[in-house]
Amino acid sequence: MSAEADLAGAGQIGTGTRGRSAKPGAKRVKGATLWFWVFVGPFTAGLLIFAVVPIIWGLILSFFESQNTVSPQHFVGFQNYVDMLKDSAFVDSLKVFTIFAIFIIPLTFALALFLAVLVNQITFMRTFFRSVFFLPTAVSYVVASLIWKQGIFNNDGLANHVTSGLGGSDQSWLSSQHPPLYWIPLVTVRLWLQLGFYMIIFLAGLQRISPDLYEAAYVDGATPGWTTFRFITFPQLRATSIAVVILNLIAAYQAFDEFYNLLGGANYGRPPLVYLYSTALGTSQQYGLGSAGAFILAIIIIIFTLIQGRIFGFGRTDD
Amino acid sequence: MPAFNPPISRRSILSGAGGVAALAALGATAGCGSGGSKDLSQWYHQYGEDGTKQAAMRYASDYKKAKKVGVKVQWTPGDYATVLSKGLLGNKGPDCFESQLNYTMVKSKQIIPLDDIIDPVKSDFNPSDLAPNTIDGKVYGIKMIDDPQIFYYRKSMFTKAGVQVPATLNDLVATAKKLTSGKVKGIYAGAQSDSGLSALTTSAIFASGHTNLTADNKDVDYDNDDVAEAISLLHQIRSDKSVLTGAATDWTNPQTFLDGKCAIQWCGLWAMPQIQKALNDDFGIFAFPAVGSKGKQVVYNGGWTQFVAAKSKKQSKAKDYVKWLWIEQSALQEDWSLSYGFHIPPRKSLAAKAKKLQSGPPADVVKLANEHGFGDNPYWTPDVGQPQTDAVTNIVLKGKDAKKELDAAAKKSREALKKQ
Repeated sequence: MSAEADLAGAGQIGTGTRGRSAKPGAKRVKGATLWFWVFVGPFTAGLLIFAVVPIIWGLILSFFESQNTVSPQHFVGFQNYVDMLKDSAFVDSLKVFTIFAIFIIPLTFALALFLAVLVNQITFMRTFFRSVFFLPTAVSYVVASLIWKQGIFNNDGLANHVTSGLGGSDQSWLSSQHPPLYWIPLVTVRLWLQLGFYMIIFLAGLQRISPDLYEAAYVDGATPGWTTFRFITFPQLRATSIAVVILNLIAAYQAFDEFYNLLGGANYGRPPLVYLYSTALGTSQQYGLGSAGAFILAIIIIIFTLIQGRIFGFGRTDD
Repeated sequence: MPAFNPPISRRSILSGAGGVAALAALGATAGCGSGGSKDLSQWYHQYGEDGTKQAAMRYASDYKKAKKVGVKVQWTPGDYATVLSKGLLGNKGPDCFESQLNYTMVKSKQIIPLDDIIDPVKSDFNPSDLAPNTIDGKVYGIKMIDDPQIFYYRKSMFTKAGVQVPATLNDLVATAKKLTSGKVKGIYAGAQSDSGLSALTTSAIFASGHTNLTADNKDVDYDNDDVAEAISLLHQIRSDKSVLTGAATDWTNPQTFLDGKCAIQWCGLWAMPQIQKALNDDFGIFAFPAVGSKGKQVVYNGGWTQFVAAKSKKQSKAKDYVKWLWIEQSALQEDWSLSYGFHIPPRKSLAAKAKKLQSGPPADVVKLANEHGFGDNPYWTPDVGQPQTDAVTNIVLKGKDAKKELDAAAKKSREALKKQ
């Protein structure tokens, strides 16, 4: 409603500046309102139906015992929240996420930045390399996971051929616990899939840096390489870097596809979403409990994002 | 040949191609009959045996010819249990479907009793097929097929390694170790990330002289030293590196065994025709061996059961179809049990004349199933069983203390039981 009012206001200002009478101005306002809803309406409706309503419905369900049905059955207050927080499997899933985030965020950050700097510097076949690194982003997580599982990390897969070739023995890549080799397929598949995307974000950030800064540095005696990267490039990428870290963290919290397809929900590599999936949407069908878990997870993501924003100053006007 | 998924593997979401398959399932309706909204909707999981899908559609087509009622068959690849759970939530799900009974299906009113259609022939059903489908005296499902699960072994590999058929789980551990040589492993139990060993959990518990739940279904019976010993032995198979991991096909499919990648494979009677055709006499079968002094050899007798959905707007028609197909049409029931993979017919009259199951290795399986078989317990629901699955993974894969893990899991299972 406020958007409508703003547009109406804009229409009046417009007519006022042209010195027309109020009547045609009112017509324009009416037209603007119509077109506003034509363009915004479908998306608003979609957002309401597919995002807002399910969130509200989920919130209601989280206070009810609802098994095998998405209708609230028995009101249990905060019991679902208490049960989830007391559930060691859910707490373990948060630990799995933490380990995953510790691996994936710094690796993605460093490698994406490295690739972006490389691609930004070359002059030969730049578009080709940019496309090659970006292409895996277009591949589905499910498809990539199946390639990793059936082609690379299965019994007769590439990984075992490489270890055999190097004189080692076959490994159970997806189930070995000592050492926990299953992290290798999990981390590498995500790296392969998302590096290109973050590389493009860094590239955009790199291309925003004014060449004047480098020229001034060279005049002052700086040499191209680590010094200019350390004192010009990296500080200038502050806003981009923070965005990459936050996006990466949220994506890591939402990790599902590769865990689900590579490990099949096994309890040693079960991040929060896989656990909530098996609680609510798997054969357990405990929608109340699953909804409570989803809200706990949402609150944790919000808190982490706010803390990060506060520490790094993401969104400040000076960025 | 995924003719059967045990409770544990049903819960273990899915592995590999299942992710894609589950999505594909949404559109995998194989039309039969007119395809209009008046048609009944019948859901199956994807059987692995060639010809099963065509058979299911033929039965539907025969019904239309006989009774002028169309039936749409949905053939569901991948994680059928999850797809079915979602289907049963709304009113766009199946009118009738195959599954295994668990208590929450009755509690949340997903299915209706079928006493009126089974009563006239109840005495012809094997009692072990009626009990798992009965809650509070009401029969909710018509058992379609019985699927005993056993170990298949390669006789030539046993001879070469100089080993005998194991009589105890301890023997099996030692035998699997002796049979392991290079890339050929002693045993294969599945492609799940836990080396498939969780598929053996229920059998290991029963072979130790215990059960998942006590006789009154009010408590668990798996937190004791005997079960701890059984699960620890499964861990030993893994730590000995005698178990095949990362195979391309799951335990329900005999291909890994046929390819000679393992000497022993856990599978079901359904795979028998395929194995007989490929290996002739170079194979044998044995039941899950006894564990400890109180133990006994056991055969887990799975299978599939037909239900009518409570949310169906065509309940009466669905019941008529289930009655026609799974009560009256004994020729079609025989076809379903014996023409593709092998399954034991739950009807005594049909089992008695199932010639294909009366000689050679199939007869051995039937005998073991009759003497040592046990079935599902509908009160062993996913909520109650999940802590046990997690505990078994911790023991088998991570080598954690078996008794401590089982004790902690039993506590959670008891809490879930109280909520039933």
